[in-house]
Amino acid sequence: MESPRFLSRSDVIGLAALALLLVVILPLSLDVFRLNLVAKYLTYAFVALGLVLCWGFGGILSLGQGVFFGLGGYGMAMYLKLEASSVENTKIQSTPGIPDFMDWNQITQLPLFWQPFHSLTLTILAILIIPAFFAYLVGAAMFKRRVGGVYFAIITQAIAAILTILIIGQQGYTGGINGITDLRTLKGWDIRPDHAKVVLYFVEVAFLFGCILLALFVRHSKLGRILVAMREKEDRVRFSGYSVANFKIFAFCLAAMFAAIGGAMFTLNVGFMSPSFVGIVPSIEMVIYTAVGGRLSIFGAIYGTLLVNFAKTSLSESFPQLWLFGLGALFIAVVLIFPNGLAGIWRDHVQPLIDRMINKRKSGSDHHNGKSFGPIADGAPAE
Amino acid sequence: MFGDYSIGDLGAIFAMQGFAGLILFSVYVLMALGLAIIFGQMGVINMAHGEFMILGAYVTWMTSNAFQTYLPALFPGYFFVAMILAFLASGALGMLVEWGLIRHLNRRPLDTLLATWGLSLILQQAYRSIFGAREVGVELPQWMLGSKQITDTIEVPINGIFVMCLTFLITAAVAYVMYKSRWGRQVRAVVQNRVMAGAVGINTEKVDRYTFGLGCGIAGVAGSAFTMIGSTGPTSGQLYIVDTFLVVVFGGAASLFGTIASAFSISQAQSTMEFFMSGSMAKVLTLLAIVAILMMRPQGLFALKVRK
Repeated sequence: MESPRFLSRSDVIGLAALALLLVVILPLSLDVFRLNLVAKYLTYAFVALGLVLCWGFGGILSLGQGVFFGLGGYGMAMYLKLEASSVENTKIQSTPGIPDFMDWNQITQLPLFWQPFHSLTLTILAILIIPAFFAYLVGAAMFKRRVGGVYFAIITQAIAAILTILIIGQQGYTGGINGITDLRTLKGWDIRPDHAKVVLYFVEVAFLFGCILLALFVRHSKLGRILVAMREKEDRVRFSGYSVANFKIFAFCLAAMFAAIGGAMFTLNVGFMSPSFVGIVPSIEMVIYTAVGGRLSIFGAIYGTLLVNFAKTSLSESFPQLWLFGLGALFIAVVLIFPNGLAGIWRDHVQPLIDRMINKRKSGSDHHNGKSFGPIADGAPAE
Repeated sequence: MFGDYSIGDLGAIFAMQGFAGLILFSVYVLMALGLAIIFGQMGVINMAHGEFMILGAYVTWMTSNAFQTYLPALFPGYFFVAMILAFLASGALGMLVEWGLIRHLNRRPLDTLLATWGLSLILQQAYRSIFGAREVGVELPQWMLGSKQITDTIEVPINGIFVMCLTFLITAAVAYVMYKSRWGRQVRAVVQNRVMAGAVGINTEKVDRYTFGLGCGIAGVAGSAFTMIGSTGPTSGQLYIVDTFLVVVFGGAASLFGTIASAFSISQAQSTMEFFMSGSMAKVLTLLAIVAILMMRPQGLFALKVRK
C-alpha cells in the first residue's frame, strides 16, 4: 500500500528528475531564444497540471481552461501596458497616459475596470482571485445542479467562445484581435533583454514547482482520494455523506488558479497577450497536453506539454501542412491506443524494465514494493 | 436602442430580420438534428460535425461548377442534385468514420469528444490541401436570387423560403423515419436498452453505423444550405460547432421538438439583435443568455422526464 506521507519515494525521484531537466540540463544546453520557447511551453504546463487535478482525478473535463489562462494573462498584460503607457511615453497621442489602442479607438479616458491595474499588488490579487471566483461561479451553478461530464465540457467551451468574441469585439477596451502588445517593464525592470528572459524562466520554474508540490499534496491528501472516489462512483461518495459538488468546485477553482498563474507567466515571458490563447482551439489543445502526458500523472502533464510543443514547433517549422494531421492523429491515438499517455507507457514498459534490472542486481533479496504510481494511477478512468 | 424607431418600423424590422435569420435557422436545425440523433443514440459527441457540413458545402460548390461548365442549360436545377450528392458524400464519410473510429470507443463520451476533435483537425487540413486555403463562394441560380415584396416595408428573400421548406421536408422525413419506420423502431429500441435490443435480434452495430451515417448526411445537406449564407473555407465548420451543440443542449437532448424550438429562438435572437448592435455583441449576448439559462435549467427547455 502507498504510504500516506506527503511525498512518496517515487514523487521525490520524479521531482529530482524534473528539477534536473528544467534547472540544469535545459538552461545549459539551449540558447536564450530556445530557453524562452521552453518558458512559453511551461506556461501551458500550469494549465495541464490543473487539468490533471480536475479531469484526471476529478473526472471533470473542462474545455474552457483558456478562459482562465487568458484572465491571468490579460491581468498581467493590463498592468504592464499601463506601466508602458506613462504620460511621457505616450505624449504623441491625443490623450496621453492611456494605452495606445484606446487612443486609436477614440477613447479619451481610462475605463474603470482598468484602474486597479495601476497597482502591482492589486494586479497579482486580481490574477489569482478573479479566475478562481469565476470558476467558483461556473462550478457552483453547474455542479450543485449535478451537471457534469459532456454538458459541463460543452458549456465551458461556449464560455471560451464568448470570452474570445467579447475580447475581439471590444477593441477599444481590450486591444481586439491583436491583443495587448508592446509591453516593456515590470516595476521599472525591463522584461525584454536576454538576461531578463533567463531570470523570468527560473522564476517560472520556481512557481511551477510550487504548483506541482501543491498538486502532489492534494493528490496524497484525503481530498485527493475523495476526488478519485467521486470520479469512479459519484453516488457512493454522495451517499457516504460528502458534498460532491463542493469537492468538484474546489478542484475546478484550483485548476483555474493554476491556469491563471500560467497565463500571467506567459505574458511576462512572451511579452504580449492576445485572444488567440483564450478561445476554443487553444483550450482543447491544452487538454491534449494533459492527455499525452497521461491524465492521471502530475509529472506526465509537464513532460506531455513539453513534448507536444517541441513537436509542434519543429514540425510546423519544417512541414507546416503536416502539423495539423499530426495533432489530429495525436488526439485519436491518445484516446484509442494510449489512454494513460506517456505515464502509462512509462509504467507499463519502462518501469518494469528498470525494476527487473534492479531485482537482477539484488537477486534474491526482498522484492520491491511501492514503486508504481500508486493506486490512483491504476487503470483508465471510468466514465 | 428601440427609442429611435416607431412601432410600425419595429414590426417591419423584426419581420425582416426574422426572415433573414431563416437560413441560419435552417442550418442550425439540420446540424443539430444530426448531432442530436448521434448523441441520443450512441452517446457520441461529434466535434467533427462542422467538417461534415463543410464537406457538403464543398460538394455543392463542385456540383455548381460542374453544371456551369458541362450542363449550363440545367444550371437552375443544380441545387437539388448538389443536395443529394452532399447527403451521400457526408453520409458515406460518416459511416467510414464510425467503422474506423467511433465503434472502438465503447461509448465513452468525453473520449469521443477528443477523438472527433482530432478527426476535425485532420479533415480541415485535408480540405486545405485539396481545395486550397481560400474561401470559395457558390453562384446561385437566377430563380433563387431576389426577394418577394410582401408589404411596402417587408421583403422576404426567396432562397430563405426555399431553404426553409427544404428544412421542413427533411425534418418531417427524419421524424417519419424515426417514429414510423421499422428501422426507426430499431434505433429507438437501441437507445432505450442496447443490451436487450441486441438480445431480441437487432443488429446494434449496423444500427449504429447507419445512424451515424444519417446524422452526418443531414449535416451535408446543412452544408448545401450553408453555401447561401457564407463562403466555404476549410475552417468554416468550426465556427458553427459550438453554436450547434448549444442548440442541442438548450433544446434538451433527445427531443426533436426541443431542438427545433431552440434552433428557432437562438437564430432569431441573434438575427434580430444584429440589426441593433454589432454582430459580435449580438452573438455574445445570445450565447450568454443561453449559458445563463442552461445554468438555471441544465436539462434544457424540453427535457424528457427520465430517471437517471
